[in-house]
Amino acid sequence: MEPCLDIRSLSAVLPNGQRVLRSVSLSVQPGEVRALVGESGAGKTMIGKAVLGVLPKSVRIVEGEMLIEGEDLGRLDAKARRTLIGARTALIPQDPLTALNPSRRIGAQMTDRLVRILGWSGERAGTRIRQLLDEVHIREPERVLKSYPHELSGGMRQRVLIAAAFAAEPRLIVADEPTTALDVTVQKQILRLIAQLQRDHGTAILFVTHDLGVVAKLSQKVSVLYAGKVVEEAETARLFAAPQHAYTRALIAATPRYTDPYASLKPVDESVLAGLSAEIAAADKAWRPSHG
Amino acid sequence: MDEARIARRGLSPRLWLAGGWLLLALLAAIFAPLIAPQDPLAQDLMLERLPPFWLDGAEPGYWLGTDSLGRDLLSRLIFGGRIAFIVAFAAATSACLIGSALGLIAGYFGGWADRIISRIVDVWMAFPPVLFAILLVAVLGTGLSSVILAIAIIDWTRFCRVIRAEAMSQSRMDYVESARIAGYGRIGIMLREVLPNVLPSVVALLSLEMGIAVIVEAILSFVNLSISTDDPTWGSIIAEGRLSIHQAWWVLVFPLITLILTVLSFSQFGEALKARFDPVLR
Repeated sequence: MEPCLDIRSLSAVLPNGQRVLRSVSLSVQPGEVRALVGESGAGKTMIGKAVLGVLPKSVRIVEGEMLIEGEDLGRLDAKARRTLIGARTALIPQDPLTALNPSRRIGAQMTDRLVRILGWSGERAGTRIRQLLDEVHIREPERVLKSYPHELSGGMRQRVLIAAAFAAEPRLIVADEPTTALDVTVQKQILRLIAQLQRDHGTAILFVTHDLGVVAKLSQKVSVLYAGKVVEEAETARLFAAPQHAYTRALIAATPRYTDPYASLKPVDESVLAGLSAEIAAADKAWRPSHG
Repeated sequence: MDEARIARRGLSPRLWLAGGWLLLALLAAIFAPLIAPQDPLAQDLMLERLPPFWLDGAEPGYWLGTDSLGRDLLSRLIFGGRIAFIVAFAAATSACLIGSALGLIAGYFGGWADRIISRIVDVWMAFPPVLFAILLVAVLGTGLSSVILAIAIIDWTRFCRVIRAEAMSQSRMDYVESARIAGYGRIGIMLREVLPNVLPSVVALLSLEMGIAVIVEAILSFVNLSISTDDPTWGSIIAEGRLSIHQAWWVLVFPLITLILTVLSFSQFGEALKARFDPVLR
């Protein structure tokens, strides 16, 4: 089957020449949830932004390809790329507080995209939006549609954003730590909601997170990232049962457990990190970008 | 919700007082020929330096007294308001349009557009504004349109700097990124997503700028560089009043009070409007 998202050997650098992504390869099958885990600064979000075409101006892609349903983003001109990304992908953002335009009503923001980008009629978009709000269990859709973002709670806003992400039936959703900014009690509901909608709509998700608990519950496959490099890639069950890489083992060991909440947290072992850094430094030395 | 409502009520007196004075002054200016008790230009040396109505020696029909040429002060203030308001609206709106447009472009697009616009603003701000205005009017020639043009040319930077900073911070918000992912064009995002969020600041600044324009016009009148010397303006009345301060203090004090009240009202009105416009404060 043709992968929904195929990233081949993607490298990106900062203006000072430092690599932030190191020959990253990963592919997401249609309808699959692929988790992308790693500590902060590992480049998880960067990969998501690269796929969606919103990398910061300072980050430059120097190598590799990204294909969405077989179409190479690098071969399209800017406008065609925007259209493709807009029609086939969506983002569930990290912070629901800043992800909605504060001066526009929720309803206008949600329907706008369907009408203006996908060319739907206003009526069809309105019906669709109400259907999605129902799917994310929003009980008073009319009130919510008329509200401004600041009138809703964080959890409500995240539901709205999830509904908006699924509304246009994208093939791929990038979920960028969608629960980090939320209350712990709300986090669980939101995760369950994303899982539910993912199953119902058969959408592939690239799920960026640092929470291994979320990975275990939600994803079929995992890529473990360290310093912009994929150190291990496996099916979720296998990764937890038999982690191959020392860093993955250390990461799993560092997860707090409900069974023994008073055990002190175990940081990732220094020697593991030192080994990884040496590995990466050696790879960097040998690395020459294939173009650019 | 309740807190918001209380906050709104708390703002109301400010809005009503400032707006009330501005409306009163504006209506007086518009209907000046109907309202003014006397001809503002009619001189009568028999009636020179009449005091305001509550002092001994006042004449009925000359409510705020007369100046050293026997012209009615109240009528002159009312007619002077016409020029003040024309300058306030025209100059502030022009400055606002130029400055906000450039600020929005600089803040949203960044890069070269920002560098060029910001350097121009820096150069502009290096000139002392009042001297710059005097110089401009000297070059353009006196007259209403020159004064308006001079104020617009000088003060667009106020809008540009603030709107640039606001547009910049708004552009970093996730909702702008989401709009980009959805496939909106850059111009579309700037106008539909960013502009509405900087609008409250534009409105507040616009009102403030109207007050500033009134002051600048008064300053130019004061140094005799505004419009023709025949038409009364607040600045020219103040300049004349200064000369006769020991004989007729009212010629200086009443236009000053009018000027201060108007400028203060413009700035307060702007602040109150901003609070009203801002969806988060509303």
